[in-house]
Amino acid sequence: MKKLINAVDEVVQDQLRGMSKAHPEITVKIDPNYVYRADAPNKKVALISGGGSGHEPMHGGFVGMGMLDGACPGQIFTSPTPDQMYECAKAVAADEGVLFIVKNYTGDVMNFETAIEMVHGDGIKVQNILIDDDVAVKDSLYTAGRRGVGTTVLVEKIVGAAAEAGYTLKQCADLARKAGRNGRSIGVALASCTVPAAGKPTFELADNEVEMGIGIHGEPGTERIKMKTVNEITQEMALRIIDDKAYTRTVREWDAEKGEWEEKSLTDPPLKSGDEVIAFVNSMGGTPVSELYAVYSKLADVCESKGIKIVRNLIGPYITALEMQGCSVTLLKTDEEILKLWDAPVSTPSLRWGA
Amino acid sequence: MTVSKEQIIKWLEKSADVIQENKDYLTQLDAEIGDADHGVNMARGFKKVAEKLPSIADKDISNILKITGMTLISSVGGASGPLYGTFFMRAATPGNGKDVLDAIDLCAMFKGGVDGIVQRGRPNLRDKTMFDAWAPALDAMQAALSNGSDTLTIVKAGAAAIEQGMKNTIALQAKKGRASYLGERSIGHQDPGATSSFLIFKMLLEVLEAHQ
Repeated sequence: MKKLINAVDEVVQDQLRGMSKAHPEITVKIDPNYVYRADAPNKKVALISGGGSGHEPMHGGFVGMGMLDGACPGQIFTSPTPDQMYECAKAVAADEGVLFIVKNYTGDVMNFETAIEMVHGDGIKVQNILIDDDVAVKDSLYTAGRRGVGTTVLVEKIVGAAAEAGYTLKQCADLARKAGRNGRSIGVALASCTVPAAGKPTFELADNEVEMGIGIHGEPGTERIKMKTVNEITQEMALRIIDDKAYTRTVREWDAEKGEWEEKSLTDPPLKSGDEVIAFVNSMGGTPVSELYAVYSKLADVCESKGIKIVRNLIGPYITALEMQGCSVTLLKTDEEILKLWDAPVSTPSLRWGA
Repeated sequence: MTVSKEQIIKWLEKSADVIQENKDYLTQLDAEIGDADHGVNMARGFKKVAEKLPSIADKDISNILKITGMTLISSVGGASGPLYGTFFMRAATPGNGKDVLDAIDLCAMFKGGVDGIVQRGRPNLRDKTMFDAWAPALDAMQAALSNGSDTLTIVKAGAAAIEQGMKNTIALQAKKGRASYLGERSIGHQDPGATSSFLIFKMLLEVLEAHQ
């Protein structure tokens, strides 16, 4: 294993210290680890996300005006713990309450659920929204459900703008749920990544193989296919998203008013001809931006042939899996509200426009 | 025969040791069907518990278990943190104000802990999780208790059942956690959470046997 690290145990803290030095506009706390925006206006809903480290710039790089108020980084590919989320919530919460944006992984879900009960116990209004957009996972009955991937970045931007614009906690949660339900993603890996604590690659792929449907921690996809051209691989990814049927599952959300858990059945409507989308082509860390443009080129053609209009795009490494070679594609169906919020100013270390 | 506070502390110390000794083994099991961090995460958490034990040794059993649970929740991460954390926090209740547990308290302790796992993780039997180890262990302990067995016999029955439950996870297809994404490919591998559960439980038996 060759990595720019000091000691395996100190990877995350070393990197956080660097963030703190590079971006004085955000505050980095160590032990428990969390990153937050000290300059947030006092009268707005506070948005917090978090998850395992190794996906940078997500989430810490998205803390700032128009996006997140706080981020809780766990160990590499390991969920953060409730004390981080609890301290972070206390640091950023105003009267308007706190919204946790949680990617659907068993560890993240359980740790955030524990944190919600703690935050609620302190009299802070709190709500959670799950992001589960990975179409590689077909059913929710026999698995932990679809994983939270690329849509997370887009939802954080959209809801961050809404919070800035004065949406209430309920309005922010409704919007996050709506945007989440309209986002679909799929990933592909050409080569594995190495978690520092493990010291060796998470999985092995032969020279002529790619893993279709890979998760952002190297979770296995739907199948291993022969290496093909970027056009062929992109077409397959695009069609898996566009042809994906309605997806129904039960999610557990905290009812901020009643202070109890509530099960909700949600259905994601499939994409259809005439829809307008934000297209997000993301590097898993090891694929250069140049190749992402080749992916985008084919993606745009496939969308056009299916009558789907790309109205905005985002291309680059935003939700990575360490140095994994590969990419993900996300299509998020927009409407007037979502588009306006997408275009609103944002100023964070890793996403910035209009400000 | 009863279980003393000193034995509970010894059990937690030995649990920290056994997790440390099996760190690579647990991580390897997790690499096969999960994300290769179970051993690392559990070792980090139990090391913190072991560091804390000397300073809380004067508290009652309930508080010792509660602090153990809180320490695990704040240091393990992943799914194991909340699951083991909730286990110990819920296991704490029967030891309220006590320095000694009788057989009934001991079974109530594990009942509380296993209920905590169910509440946090919502597992079903045969989902290939730690619950597949704990559920038969709890059944065996309660059966032994109602037969009027002594504490050591109860814990022996639990240890045999948790080991069998752990082994039975090999044949199961995972329906919870990251392993569930493997579908049928998860069959043939032993669940890491069930394995760490067995290791921890086995330490309780060793502590009680040492005091024979």
